[in-house]
Amino acid sequence: MSHTKLTRRGVLKTSAGFGAALATPTVFTGASWASESGYMNAPGDSSCTLGFNVPQTGPYADEGADELRAYELAVEHLNGGGDGGMLSTFSSQTLDGTGILGRKVEYVTGDTQTKGDAARASAKSMIEKDGAIMITGGSSSSVAVAVQGLCQEAGVIFMAGLTHSNDTTGKDRKANGFRHFFNAYMSGAALAPVLANAYGSGRKAYHLTADYNWGWTQEESIKASTEAVGWETVSAVRTPLAATDFSSYIAPVLNSGADVLVLNHYGGNMVNSLTNAVQFGLRDKEVNGKNFEIVVPLYSRLMARGAGENVKGILGSTNWHWSLSDDGSKTFVRSFGTKYGFPPSQAAHTVYCQTLLYADAVNRAGTFNPCGVVEALEGFEFDGLGNGPTLYRADDHQCFKDVLVVRGKENPTSEFDVLEVVEVTPVEQVIYPPDHPMFAGGDLGTCNPGV
Amino acid sequence: MIGLNRKDALLFITVTVLVILAPFILNPFPEGTAMAQMFNAGYPDLMQRFVIFGILVIGFNILFGLTGYLSFGHAAFLGIGSYSAVWMFKLLSYNVVPAIILAIVVSGIASLIIGYIALRRTGIYFSILTLALAQMCFNLAYSVLGNPQKGINLTNGETGLQVYTSDPQYLMGENAPELPHLFGLVMRDSLELEIGSWAFTLNAGYYLCGVIMLATFYLSIRIFRSPFGLMLRAVKSNQQRLSYTGLNTRPYTLCAFVVSGMYAGLAGGLLSSMDPLAGAERMHWTASGEIVIMAILGGAGTLIGPILGSGFIEYFKNILSKINDNLLHQWLSFLPDGLEDALVWVLHFFVGKGWHLTLGILFMLVVIFLPGGLVELGKRTGGLFDRFRNAAEGSGKERNQSPRKAAE
Repeated sequence: MSHTKLTRRGVLKTSAGFGAALATPTVFTGASWASESGYMNAPGDSSCTLGFNVPQTGPYADEGADELRAYELAVEHLNGGGDGGMLSTFSSQTLDGTGILGRKVEYVTGDTQTKGDAARASAKSMIEKDGAIMITGGSSSSVAVAVQGLCQEAGVIFMAGLTHSNDTTGKDRKANGFRHFFNAYMSGAALAPVLANAYGSGRKAYHLTADYNWGWTQEESIKASTEAVGWETVSAVRTPLAATDFSSYIAPVLNSGADVLVLNHYGGNMVNSLTNAVQFGLRDKEVNGKNFEIVVPLYSRLMARGAGENVKGILGSTNWHWSLSDDGSKTFVRSFGTKYGFPPSQAAHTVYCQTLLYADAVNRAGTFNPCGVVEALEGFEFDGLGNGPTLYRADDHQCFKDVLVVRGKENPTSEFDVLEVVEVTPVEQVIYPPDHPMFAGGDLGTCNPGV
Repeated sequence: MIGLNRKDALLFITVTVLVILAPFILNPFPEGTAMAQMFNAGYPDLMQRFVIFGILVIGFNILFGLTGYLSFGHAAFLGIGSYSAVWMFKLLSYNVVPAIILAIVVSGIASLIIGYIALRRTGIYFSILTLALAQMCFNLAYSVLGNPQKGINLTNGETGLQVYTSDPQYLMGENAPELPHLFGLVMRDSLELEIGSWAFTLNAGYYLCGVIMLATFYLSIRIFRSPFGLMLRAVKSNQQRLSYTGLNTRPYTLCAFVVSGMYAGLAGGLLSSMDPLAGAERMHWTASGEIVIMAILGGAGTLIGPILGSGFIEYFKNILSKINDNLLHQWLSFLPDGLEDALVWVLHFFVGKGWHLTLGILFMLVVIFLPGGLVELGKRTGGLFDRFRNAAEGSGKERNQSPRKAAE
């Protein structure tokens, strides 16, 4: 472009081109990806692409890394590699190691950075550029809600990873989105009877809550279910998500007259707040003639490991634990352990199940069309994936299964053996109607195939 | 031409052509190849980001490049614009026009308030004030104004503001699309062109953003060349002297601040129009920092610099972060095993989650060796060519071409 001369003709030409470009959008007819097959990103005859969108940086990077391991394992098993894992224990036997509908499973990965925006950008590039037919992953509820909304608009299936907020299948539920993980309401419903048993009724609880969506719904859930067994909520204090030192929040607990501290924190937040609470000697205190207790409603092994000694004897709930002795869990722990050398976390388990559930639904539907998959998953009952008999409820796309109440182990035998299962709360105790007030206001809408 | 001198007109035309042809330029590799999977950037989301962040940094450059006031809070206006646009979707309809207008107006008001306070100080104190005020906005959006269980829920907190089917949408027509659209033209729609084994995506939303970016770019050129722009430059070179001559500089700087705030709001409104969800992390101080880095990397105070810088960073952010070890192994499979593993081990730290490291190194290199940003790189290469040509032709008459080359 070194000798461009600005002539009248040149200017006219350029403006004509510019005008044509302005007019281009008007000739658009509709989403073009989907025009032939009837749905978005229809895979070819030889392979299909899944998008694994997990936090690789930020506060939940540990969970994300474990999720990615489980995804890779699931892909290996779907393609007939390894020992086949839970394919053999899964009650639906359509998966035979030949991929999904005879197509080899390929995948792309992305980093959600635990930020809604970044997660959506990453998911969009998977859909628009890599042609992913399904997006899965995430380790926080806001990301799950954000990406689920995107998948609904774009017309692909979203299989949520670790997301515990009621909203994911409550007020933010979407027809194209599915959640295998349990939620805050179920934690509350499962924990409350155990807490009442262990610590007696008539307790006074003090909540410290991470100041964001998940924290709020968990606080609401735990409050409601503990108050139902006769507890009293003295106070609920919000702490910033970015906080790393909780001493200033712990001190007032001592003077509040409360005898139970509920930590609605997750990940690094929980590790720090629990450590602070133990350092302040809360657990050795006696208030109202009762031993002071601490409760962590949502536990994960990765967090328990981070908090070390401090978790001993502390009650909480979890979606799954590697020490379960049913066939599915044992098989999964074995194949994960063989490949990576340590047992899987609950995040790894839930995303592995989600991948298998999606693959199986496609096989049963006989198509990758999101609407077919939605139909196949709605009301689907299955077993053998480590949680006992499970139902994917059609009304809100939430899985209903038993909930584990766990306690920090007093005498851990290894760095992974930090939690013990106290009780398996049967699903009847934690189920709720789809229009329960904590979940109301949501609307699945209709499935969107992206055309 | 159109009120621009020859040099600026050429620059503007070049940018116009680039914007129109971007879907082709950014997809240089044929569909389905490994190179395409990684390095092709011609997909709608990323192209939209290129031009939207282009607008944002063009606006930032009007403040920072001309007056030298370094604002560390521009992401706040981006966020305010985003929220305003989504509110228009929730209340009126999915048409993007009212959304974009409200985004500009509200962010203009916000920047007037923040600017009025922050511009009482200069230099580092100004930067800190903007940073603090922007963080305040972030916290307001993140929890104070965003708790669904409290009375006021303007932002829906950490989950992000989005449109629900239960929202009123008073102006929503019978058959109006359920997605952001411009009088029926859905932003997500694309025209797929297949030429040989190449595939190109011409996206409606991208072209809308592109046209708006060209308009803002034109406006920015006019501001740079106007007496007002000259006054802003005077502020940058010596504000004290300017005050001694009896001029009150505050109205000028405030005006520049508001204009650049409105640019940011426009960018935010467009972001929401392309993807109707606004999250608080858009306003976080790290996002503001990114804007500053984009401006400096591209070349602050130049016309084309902001566009280069934002494109550069967005490209690396979206492309590098998606490369994983598996892909590296695929690419390097031609090497002997030991060497392949070693190389993958080294590269592992620079791709995927390590892309920040790569970006950091590139930023350091640019700041150290090219203080004028990517524009300076262009200038130097252009100068190099000129020198060769001059040596060959034995005359210096081409020398006056070099500044324009740099701009290209």
